[in-house]
Amino acid sequence: MTKHFIRELEKTKKMILSLGAMAEGRVHLAIKAIRQKDASIAQKIITSDYELDEMEVDIEEECLKILALYQPVAIDLRFLIAMIKINNDLERIGDEAVNIAQRVGIIAKWDQPQTTFDYSLMAEKTEQMLKMSLDALVNMDTDIAFKVSIFDDEVDSIKDQVYDHVKNAIDSRVDKGGYLINLLLISRHLERIADHATNIAEEVIYMIEGEIIRHGNY
Amino acid sequence: MEKKLKMASKNLNFYYGDFKALHDVHLDFYENEVTALIGPSGCGKSTFLRCLNRMNDLIPISRVEGEILLDGANIYAPSVDVVNLRSRIGMVFQKPNPFPKTIFENVAYGLRVNGNRDRAYLAHRVEESLKRAALWEEVKDRLNDSALGLSGGQQQRLCIARALAVEPEVLLMDEPASALDPIATQKIEELIHQLKENYTIIIVTHNMQQAARVSDITAFFYIGKLIEIGETDALFTRPRLKQTEEYITGRFG
Repeated sequence: MTKHFIRELEKTKKMILSLGAMAEGRVHLAIKAIRQKDASIAQKIITSDYELDEMEVDIEEECLKILALYQPVAIDLRFLIAMIKINNDLERIGDEAVNIAQRVGIIAKWDQPQTTFDYSLMAEKTEQMLKMSLDALVNMDTDIAFKVSIFDDEVDSIKDQVYDHVKNAIDSRVDKGGYLINLLLISRHLERIADHATNIAEEVIYMIEGEIIRHGNY
Repeated sequence: MEKKLKMASKNLNFYYGDFKALHDVHLDFYENEVTALIGPSGCGKSTFLRCLNRMNDLIPISRVEGEILLDGANIYAPSVDVVNLRSRIGMVFQKPNPFPKTIFENVAYGLRVNGNRDRAYLAHRVEESLKRAALWEEVKDRLNDSALGLSGGQQQRLCIARALAVEPEVLLMDEPASALDPIATQKIEELIHQLKENYTIIIVTHNMQQAARVSDITAFFYIGKLIEIGETDALFTRPRLKQTEEYITGRFG
């Protein structure tokens, strides 16, 4: 039974890693869409989101099956709980990529707005966080996982900068409200992706060390 | 509420002839707590359990070193009356072992051995013990039927009632549900939850999920040594030692 059980766990991990790769790909495309204001890339993200959704359901069913059949304990239990939660985070990351795509779709309609924001630094850091959290998961490495949250503060701070920037633009009425709201919301979606990456890193730490470190419980 | 120490083993070594079956076991048991002893076959957990009420005295080649304290007094002291000791520390075995007598006489047996002849008192104790063992409702109308006519689960609860009748302080259970179906097992587990309000319970089980469900404290034994002891929920979610983790996750050997 143990061999079979271990195979099941390995299968789940493979599924999660491929969902992780899919989510990473969507985020990468979303960032490219922001940079190039490319509505066609954005459309691709929107129409292919179902792939992540289906994968998420498959993974959840797999985890529930293992819980019911094997009633795992200790590291196996923590592993499965972490998989269930990471699964949810990855699917949400896919949704945030869709959200970004929708914003880009709207923004792309404005020809020459006065207000712009260079999202490259925020995007780079967000993407880096996601990559690190998935690396931590692949290698079961708490050192990498702990570093993810450091980036999170930087991403939050850029989000605040966008807020101020857009607020000033609204006050001076240089651009249309619809455009500005969508420009601002991109920062919100990137920041949410960074938060999910932080969650993933925290789940990896929980899985390995058995300590819950959310909400600043270091 | 502060926990009160009920039993403790100190530097306990146990030998079957030349074979050392237990190595220097230190273990404390507190009142109103259930402690589960787990470990692979031959790890010494049942041997240890039997040391706690001197059941191993019956094995001629066996030898005990160290102390086991009950309320601070060594149960291996020469002055201890073993029959009296076993009425303070009751035991329930893996296979239900009712006597070929009536249900009533099974439960009254220990009281009679202790010299009680008062019929009203016996009837009262039998009823109370059967109630505590959650069997009364099922047998109250047939107390004079043979105990051998009961189902396996009922027989096991009868054995628990028989152990409770002499008002023990500690209850030792050696795989009490391993021969029972899931429903009877569930009843025994619920019973253990209720009984811990009044007793100190020590249970040996091969069923890890059962240990996780019924106990407050779990002790893991391996080749005669106590490897790890801890609160059950912590031990089953994040054991401290690799050996414990390998055992409870089934990756042993």
